[in-house]
Amino acid sequence: MNVMYLYAVVAVLLFVIGLHGVIAYSHLLRKIVALNIMGSGTFLLLVSIAYGRPEGGPDPVPHAMVLTGIVVAVSATAFGLALVRRLYSETGKPYLPNGDTEKSGR
Amino acid sequence: MIEALTLFDGLLGFLLLGLAWSVLASKDLFRSVVLFIVFGLIMAMAWVRLKAPDIALAEAAIGTGLTGVLLLDTLGFISRNRSEGKSKEKQGRKGTE
Amino acid sequence: MMRWVIGSVMIAFGGILVWGVMSLPGGDGLTVKVEERMEMSGVTHPVTAVLLNFRGYDTLLEIGVLLLALFGVYSLRRSRPDPTGVSVSHPFLLALTRLLVPVMILMGGYLFWSGAYAPGGAFQAGAVLGAAGVLLYLNGFDLPGRKKEWLLRLYLAIGFVFFLGIGGGLVAAGNRLLEYPPDLAGSLIIIIEAGLTLSIGFILAELYISNSSLEIGPDVFVTEKG
Repeated sequence: MNVMYLYAVVAVLLFVIGLHGVIAYSHLLRKIVALNIMGSGTFLLLVSIAYGRPEGGPDPVPHAMVLTGIVVAVSATAFGLALVRRLYSETGKPYLPNGDTEKSGR
Repeated sequence: MIEALTLFDGLLGFLLLGLAWSVLASKDLFRSVVLFIVFGLIMAMAWVRLKAPDIALAEAAIGTGLTGVLLLDTLGFISRNRSEGKSKEKQGRKGTE
Repeated sequence: MMRWVIGSVMIAFGGILVWGVMSLPGGDGLTVKVEERMEMSGVTHPVTAVLLNFRGYDTLLEIGVLLLALFGVYSLRRSRPDPTGVSVSHPFLLALTRLLVPVMILMGGYLFWSGAYAPGGAFQAGAVLGAAGVLLYLNGFDLPGRKKEWLLRLYLAIGFVFFLGIGGGLVAAGNRLLEYPPDLAGSLIIIIEAGLTLSIGFILAELYISNSSLEIGPDVFVTEKG
């Protein structure tokens, strides 16, 4: 049981770190990476809840959900990166058009 | 008495959080993406620890490999066109769409 | 300053989440229920059984999402390629590709087959095949189906078509959507997984290839689609 709680806390903290990254940084690539970190935190939470007893098997339903989630996350990342490329080709800047780039512009 | 496996789990968790923080806090974008790939591989170890080998396989290949290569490619595209970005801004949209 | 406000809100949010997580009850969840019905599912690995049989609808929608993302990437491509390109045919990369790609194809086949009784399955196999496709593209090799467009579209669509076809065919035969009869379940799952492996490999490789702007070799260019 301790393993479950340890990884669940790590997962939740990963989610918060990712959320902070999405809000605080204005470079689009950083936002996409932070979104992926949020996704990893969510998946870790799901799988740590599915741990079950130490000697038995895990609960397979959250495992299937996380597999689906990983594939959907990579599709969304690929689409998001295509959007970033197109935005960069059109405007020349990897920032959102109305975003203030001097806030934490890294 | 702390077991060895609990210590290993604690270290893994610490490593995950530290990597996630450095991914977002480093100034160089290339370094961020490389650290993100490392983060994905350490995550695969966490999946194995949580009795989820299928997810470890899928994460190491898709979540880390493919996402990493997509990010590196886009990063290269942005860096290569940095000097031309300003001229494109002035030209505006053109060409057959 | 704004940064301190955001930071303190994040810390408070994190604290609330940690407190919520620490008070989660433990428990078995659905492990026992899945164990009881494993013989009806046609495979012996619980995750594969859940993924392709008990929650097969989620997997059907997942392959649909993959296709949708690919459509999005295709529609964002400019009609003429970007003139800035970098060639990556380094001899070391070429040697590594020649060594690795046959092994990756073999491993993809093994992972697809072992999904029925051990960790593995269509997604893992498709991921390895997709990586092999990306490696081939980076060295200028022509992927199967790039010259003939209809073949590429067939490979991309076949997973979804098989899945929906079998699921829909079951509706026509009187069952509910995706409700496999227990004695046919194993074979149907293998057929669906075969289509899925092929499709996922091609979709993942295409997600990278259509996104990239590299100029590889003299005549392997991103094809101009209207």
